[in-house]
Formats: sequence, structure tokens, C-alpha cells
Amino acid sequence: MDSKLAIAKSEPIWNTNNKVISIIAGLIILLFALPLFGMNSFYLHLFIMIFMHAVMAQSWNVIAGFSGQISLGHGAFFGIGAYATSFFYMEYGITPWISIFFGMFVSAIFAVLIGIPMLRLSGHYFAIATLLIGISFQVVFQRWDLVGAASGLWVTMTPEDSWLALQFHSSKAPYYYVFLVFFLITFFLVWLLSRSKLGYRLRAVRDDPQAALSLCINVSNYKIIAYVISAMIMAPMGSLFAQYILIIDPDRVFNIEISIIVLLITVLGGIGNVWGPIIGAAILVPISEYSRIYLGGTGGAVDLILYGLILMIICIFRPNGLISFIPKNILERNKQR
Amino acid sequence: MKILTVENLSKSFGGIHANKDISFDVEEGSILGVIGPNGAGKSTLFDLITGFTKPDAGKVKFFEKNIFGISPDKISNLGVGRTFQKLKPFADQTLLENVMIGAFVKEKDIKRARDRALEIIDFVDLIEKRHHFAKELSTGQRKRLEMARAMAIDPKLLLMDEVTGGVDQKTIPGLVELVKKLKKTGVTIITIEHNINIIMEISDNVLALDQGKRIAFGEPKEIQNNKQVIDAYLGTFDAA
Repeated sequence: MDSKLAIAKSEPIWNTNNKVISIIAGLIILLFALPLFGMNSFYLHLFIMIFMHAVMAQSWNVIAGFSGQISLGHGAFFGIGAYATSFFYMEYGITPWISIFFGMFVSAIFAVLIGIPMLRLSGHYFAIATLLIGISFQVVFQRWDLVGAASGLWVTMTPEDSWLALQFHSSKAPYYYVFLVFFLITFFLVWLLSRSKLGYRLRAVRDDPQAALSLCINVSNYKIIAYVISAMIMAPMGSLFAQYILIIDPDRVFNIEISIIVLLITVLGGIGNVWGPIIGAAILVPISEYSRIYLGGTGGAVDLILYGLILMIICIFRPNGLISFIPKNILERNKQR
Repeated sequence: MKILTVENLSKSFGGIHANKDISFDVEEGSILGVIGPNGAGKSTLFDLITGFTKPDAGKVKFFEKNIFGISPDKISNLGVGRTFQKLKPFADQTLLENVMIGAFVKEKDIKRARDRALEIIDFVDLIEKRHHFAKELSTGQRKRLEMARAMAIDPKLLLMDEVTGGVDQKTIPGLVELVKKLKKTGVTIITIEHNINIIMEISDNVLALDQGKRIAFGEPKEIQNNKQVIDAYLGTFDAA
């Protein structure tokens, strides 16, 4: 065998940097340990929001970053997840641990139903269509009496903390751990996806659909697969959020702002990279939460103005997102050699 | 054995006949060169055969199987690979990743797909560039990338659109040698070329098109002496 080929074949499939792995392991241990150091309620809430938004942005990253379809109505799947859990818990007493999966299933069905006609569109047309779909969910739920119409659903509260009902009134720490575990599982699964045959094929669809077609890739099917996976990641966050705040309404869980924020987080952190949504959420969520504290209410929309400013700066100076600040040699270690 | 049979293939865009009643066949293991002046319908013919453009009429048979109007992914899955006139590498992915995407058609396991991709990259003499992003490669190297990527799906028939187009003089001989090397692997090749000397050198048969119509089909020597071809295209051909 040619020596250069032999050398190439003998290289490990994935470069592993022990330093990076150690840092990640250390961070995970730290995240599990943090509540034990007596974090106050605000900081627990802040981390919960970071975990939740990181997962939501990761969901958007799968459809936009991996397969190249810009969805502006992704909040719809968040709302479906929220309503599925709350409705089945209130009406039939089904534990949220089961109805989370129901929310994922319903989201997947809607992703297929929306995806089949919509993903024939491309670029701006797909983005506009998804924006309208997202808004239409809000409008339908505002008028749907079965699910409380505009007043939404007030989840029946348990008298005390309950893991079965996923309700904790005495401390936010259990919620912290639930969101943290979902965050880690999602991150790990998306990381696996990015390195799988499916991940390779989705990136091919994103980079050049015609070239992908010439390599036996059914572009439409792969776009739908990405959309379904993305929806199934988003829905559980709606479910957990509903159990966290125990009151949901269409303006809150189908708000178009959700779709925009997950986009901003991903673009800020670095689109198409599994780390991007985490970095983006870790920066944008605190800005949002602190602006709410200091400016009251919804933060006087100052958070959105700041988001816009940061995004403009990033687009001009770091179009690949904040992830591009990490030295290339470290990033490359996570890539196929 | 005939690997490809094209009968009366036609395609119009508005009132313009891009291809009109084109017929020819290709023997397994041979190289068919397609020539014609700009706008003759060469690339459209490739798009019609590979399913990227839906034909208006005619028949396209691949190993006697009718592939007329089938989607491009299904046609490529049958064993028809192609490269593009306007190069289409997956720019933000490495050369190895580009070829692995093709290799996944035959290999489900990531390690085996990677090994297969490396063998093909070695075949096209780019093994040292395997970790380079496609956007970092020169035009000639990207041409090799596209060939490697198409080879990775293990095609029986490979359509190559202007292998030597847009590259410098020094790069051309290497690409021509690569096409000859490809032929030795047993793959059947249809290639569009503007460089007539090259097409005469590598082709077993030549199809000449002009204004969407077939004006000649035969061995290179016949084509060289065909008056219609000379009039339409070879007026400047250096027979020496």
C-alpha cells in the first residue's frame, strides 16, 4: 500500500484533545455541583434559562445550521410541547414525563405536514412561509376553547413538590437539574448527529443541493428529516417550560419572539457548530435577564435592542459567530482530520 | 454491451430547442467525447441524462432500464455519477469530508467510508490535501475533488463536464492522464471538452452537437473529417 495512504488510513477517525475533554468534563461536574453551593433563586433561574435557550437554539441549529433551511416559525414546536404536556396533565392526569414524548410526537407530525409542502420552497420563501406558520399557530390557539383560548392553561398545582408531576415549589434546584440533564443529552445527541452519516449528508444538502443530488441524496427527504429532528428537540423545552412556570398562553409560548431569539442565539454563537448555541445562550440570556431586573417588566425591550446591536457587530466583524474567537487549532481537533 | 442508449431526446426552453431529437449510444468501458460550440446543448444533454432537467420527449436507457424523467438522486443511485461545469464542491468541508459524502452511498460504516474516500483521494493524487477545506483548493484540485466525489458512489457511468475547462496549461496534462487512469478502472465515461486535441486523444467515440442537434457521431477520425463538424466547430482545429 502507498505509504502516504497507509499513514492517512492509520490516523484516528476523530482527533481527541484530552485537554478539551478534561475541560468539558470539569465544566459538567461544576454545573452539577453549582446548586450545592447555595445558589440563590435568581441564579438558578438564570442557568435554567440558559440551558433551555441553548437547547432551543440547538434545535434551530439542526434545521438552519446543518441543513441550511432558515425557519422563522420554530416557536410553534415550543408551543406544541408546552400545550401537550399541560393539557394531558390537566385533563387526564398524565405525568409530564410521558406527555413530553407526546409533545415530541405531535411536533414531529406537524413538522412532516408542514415540511412536505414548505421545504419545496427555498431561501427567503421558506423563511417567510415558516414565519406565517408560526404566527398561525398562535392565532389558532388564541381561539381554541378546548385549550383555554387566549387565557391559556393554568396547570393544576400539586400541594407539594412532586417529581412525578414535575412540579417543585420549594426550590428551583430540581428544575435546574432537569433542564441541565436535557441540555446535556441534547448536546450529546446533536454532537453525535454532526458526526454521523446523516450529519454529513445534511451538510451536503446545506452546501450544495445539486451536488448532493448527484451523490444519491434525496434532498427533500433529508430536509424533512432535519426539520423533524429539530422540532423534536424544541418540543420538550416547551413541555419543561410549561411545568416550570405552570401557566401557559398562546402569547407566551407561541410568541414570534421565541423564533427570533433562537435564531439570534445561534447566529451569535456560531451557526452550524454544536458549540455555537451554547456560547450564544450563555451570553444573550444573561443580557435579557439582567435587563429585566434593572429595567423592569419585559426589560423595556432593551434586551432586544442589545441583541440587535451585538448581532450587527458580530455580522460585521465575526460573521462565523463568537465560536470563531476560539483558536482554529482547538476547533479543528473536533473536526474530521 | 451498451451501457447508455439515448433516443430522440428533446428539450425546449420557451421556443429554443436546447436539445432536439438527440440519439446515440455508449459502449460499456468506452469514453464518449461530446463537442460543440457554446450553446450547442452539451451541458443540457448531461442534465437530461442525469435527471437534473426533465426532458420533453425521448428515451434514456441505462443498462436497458428506462431512466427518462427519474429524479437525479435515483439516477445517481443506479450508478450514474457526474461532475459539473460550474464546480460545486462542498466549500466549507474538507476534501476528505467531500469524498466521504459520496463514499457513504456504498459504505454505511464511518471508518470504512473514510478508508474508501482516502483510497479514491489517493487515486486522484490529492492525499496530502485531504484535510484542506474545498474552498482552499485550486481550480485544478477542485476538478479532481469532483471526480473523486463522483467516483466515491462507485459509478458505472461517469459524466464529466469540461474536465480541463478553466485550468492553466500546466494542469491540463495531469487531468487528461487522470481521465485515462479512470477509464482503466472500467468505468464508462462521457466527457464534454472544448479542447479538441484532448477529445480526439482520449475518446473512443465523439458526439458533435450544434444548435441543440446531433450533427455527427462516430470515431474521432471520422469526426475530424466530417464537413458539418468542421463548418460548425472545427474550423480552427489543428490537424497536425
